Amino acid sequence: MDDLDKRILDILQQEYPLSINPYNDIAIEVGITELEVINRIRKLKENGIIRRIGAVIDAKSMGFHSTLCASIVKNDRIEEVAKIINARTEVTHNYIRNHKYNLWFTLTASSPEKINGIIAQLEDLAQIKVYSMPAKRLYKIRVALEMGDV
Amino acid sequence: MVLEDKEKKILEFIQGDIPLVANPFQELAKSLDISEAEVIAKIKKWQDSGVIRRFGAVLRHQKAGYNTNAMVAWLVNDKMTDEIGEIMAEHPRVSHCYLREVPQDFRYNLFTMIHATSQDDLAEIIAHLSKVTNVKEYNILQSVKELKKTSLKYV
Repeated sequence: MDDLDKRILDILQQEYPLSINPYNDIAIEVGITELEVINRIRKLKENGIIRRIGAVIDAKSMGFHSTLCASIVKNDRIEEVAKIINARTEVTHNYIRNHKYNLWFTLTASSPEKINGIIAQLEDLAQIKVYSMPAKRLYKIRVALEMGDV
Repeated sequence: MVLEDKEKKILEFIQGDIPLVANPFQELAKSLDISEAEVIAKIKKWQDSGVIRRFGAVLRHQKAGYNTNAMVAWLVNDKMTDEIGEIMAEHPRVSHCYLREVPQDFRYNLFTMIHATSQDDLAEIIAHLSKVTNVKEYNILQSVKELKKTSLKYV
């Protein structure tokens, strides 16, 4: 990844040109050809740096609710419990973290009642206690990271 | 939000990975029998109304050089949460900042996701945030293992 790649990544993250020929717009801005822009982006995708290019949808405006859940799971049960939790499509993220509460996952569904229902099912199926930590206030959500800092 | 069929198709399309070609909206527009400009206008409308939070590249932070990430939960006095939440949110390496309802034995109520380039960088960011907010009690919840990471499909 060179400086030009980083510049393209910043543009792709923060000011993707919504036009008929977006990569031509970027080409003009950074001073290379459209084909070169596309080839560089293709490489960034192949290397796994770019997950995808598209829209990040606001769950709330689509009527969805979400919560962060934590659980205390014995180490020898983690794989088994994670399998049960991950099987739910409503679970979007799941991590083992270094705390007494060692399993942390996020749940998104169309109503708080549905979320509670899923939690009850998971508790029953995985034989765990799930602590839900819904957001009371949102101060910031997922802004692009500057590539110049890397 | 009530969507017409064509709107649903557009939303479905942009929720995925749009094709890496010179005219990424051309094929979709053709299949819907509308112009590319109409597709783009729709996307812009959703951006303005907040349905689309951001349009563009979604990165794998780890591979993009931010290989040390942590969820840091801070113990903040209830009266100070908005003020401190706003300060934390301003930091460019904080991608998420939420005040949460937490179980009594957890206590740390303000959650931040911090992205760093090394353990030293992470420690520096946390020390800085602690200093500028005067929040001394916090818990660094570093991920030991990623078990799942996907995005939800809304249509």
